[in-house]
Amino acid sequence: MRARVALAAFALAVLAVPLLGREYYTILMLSFFAYGVALLGVNLLLGYTGLLSFGHALFIGLGAYAAAFLTGKFGVLHMEAILLAAAGGAVLVAAPVGALCVRYVKIYFGMLTLAFGMLFYSFLLKFYHLTGGDEGMRVLQPFLLGFDLSQTPKVKFLTGPYYYYSAAVLFVATFAMWRIVASPFGLCLRSIRENPVKAESLGIGVARYRWWAFLISAAYAAVGGALLGPTVGQVDPGLTYWTQSGNLVFMTLLGGFANFFGPLLGAFVFIYLQDAVMSVVPYWRLIFGAILAALVIFVPGGLMGLVTGRGARPGIKAGRERAQ
Amino acid sequence: MLAHAINVLQSGVFHAAILFLVAAGLQLVFGVQRIFNLACGSFYALGAYAGVSAVSLLTGAGLPQHLFILALLLAGACLGAVGPLVERLLRFVYDRDETFQLLLTFAVVLMMEDITRILWGTSPRSTGGLYLLYGQVRALGVTVPVYNLIVIAAGLAIALGMGYMLARTQFGRIIRATAENREMSEALGVNMRAVYVKVFTLGTVLGTLGGALVIPATAAMSEMGIDLIVEAFAVVVIGGLGSMRGALAGALVVGVLRAVAISTWPELEMLLIYLIVIAVLVFRPRGLFGSAAA
Repeated sequence: MRARVALAAFALAVLAVPLLGREYYTILMLSFFAYGVALLGVNLLLGYTGLLSFGHALFIGLGAYAAAFLTGKFGVLHMEAILLAAAGGAVLVAAPVGALCVRYVKIYFGMLTLAFGMLFYSFLLKFYHLTGGDEGMRVLQPFLLGFDLSQTPKVKFLTGPYYYYSAAVLFVATFAMWRIVASPFGLCLRSIRENPVKAESLGIGVARYRWWAFLISAAYAAVGGALLGPTVGQVDPGLTYWTQSGNLVFMTLLGGFANFFGPLLGAFVFIYLQDAVMSVVPYWRLIFGAILAALVIFVPGGLMGLVTGRGARPGIKAGRERAQ
Repeated sequence: MLAHAINVLQSGVFHAAILFLVAAGLQLVFGVQRIFNLACGSFYALGAYAGVSAVSLLTGAGLPQHLFILALLLAGACLGAVGPLVERLLRFVYDRDETFQLLLTFAVVLMMEDITRILWGTSPRSTGGLYLLYGQVRALGVTVPVYNLIVIAAGLAIALGMGYMLARTQFGRIIRATAENREMSEALGVNMRAVYVKVFTLGTVLGTLGGALVIPATAAMSEMGIDLIVEAFAVVVIGGLGSMRGALAGALVVGVLRAVAISTWPELEMLLIYLIVIAVLVFRPRGLFGSAAA
């Protein structure tokens, strides 16, 4: 009950942010919506399936570049089409990539995802006639729900219609993920995280379930990336560098991967804290590195763990088996 | 044609020598402590900056410039002092899941990147014209900087020294025993805490030495650490996690292939390396020399 009240209060607060008239902070919220969607996907793997991906920036980049390609090169300006294409493209890429990655667990899974992420990064960087290289590509202002908003000034577009559109996408994505983790499928994932050998012996196709989780999580990350595209207006390969994948895991840990809403809280705190720190000193990495170290050592349950009084579930200890 | 091939080869092997040092540090720590230390790239960057400072100290003190290689080696070795500090931090998570260990080394990466920025500024730093100070060798129509040969020889010497240390000395036996079975060696009276500090410090020194030695050939930049770690990562995957021989073979593969790719198909560069990494992880996850199955 208390959780529902908190959630409703949070939803109302989100809807009220643009009314405050602080455009800068309103636009920062857009990053939160985008990363929030992506992190729900990251946490389906990390928190629920027990797989640490160090390459999910790949799918964020995929979504963001999908937005850039569709608006800039193909003249597809409908945001709904972009989101669908991003999710579809991510599933197409994640199907073979995931099939290879889920054969491994623990550090080998992390390394393989890292390698794929860096492969995509070098591709974006080197095939500049296609992707614009390190200059990246522009993302044009999309149509929302069929309305042509290309004449709306950018700031007005971002703080008005696009804000509510992104918020709605996050709400829908959160609701869908809530249903996924509560479904029998989600339960299977958790049993795989706790004890893959036992899960297998109970008739759960461990590799297949991990693969499905990988696909869903990739689609979420790509939708998040596509949402991010119009916000930043310009996408570049830096979005897919391995440190970005590290930051995604950082945000998840910050909020607490043992809690469903942990990643959302993590994204929110990360984005606003980073902004606050950077406005004071340029050395946000030093401060954030210290925060991450302190979190890992003293608060492994993340902020949500502090709030709910529950530490990190031993969940992530799962995957003690050696693949094959 | 031949001259071109030799030229590409020597620059590849030069890069491989540097990569080997960093990757050897990564392997040593992974082999014994089972921690994939992302921060080894940061040690490399730290060594590079310290190398620049050491050389400017040397010139400032009016000592002959030809001694710069000693200054670099000294700077690299002294920075091993960072090792025990980071190891102290990692000690908190030795009994935790590797997700936390990996994230803690990532935290060190973030912190070290800004620490080098604070200490040495954001603009690239280089040692000026020291690269060709030792002259160049001309043979078969190629000109090779002597410094490259020195670094290759140094890398080889360190590889042999490490091999000797691991195979023949008491400390090496303890390291191998610990890598094989931590509980058993602890039960036999090995002071694990001391071994971990030594191993991690040695791993750090290898990284900082690599950074210090590369510096006459390139400029020190704050992103060089996070860029190199992915190359070192490729090296250890290709060679096999935890294996010293693997680090050597992997470094040669990555260094030479990258040089070949840059000179023939510049678009491929690292793309080719990552493709090989993926192929290795998929078809032979233990790498060329790894022993433990994935």
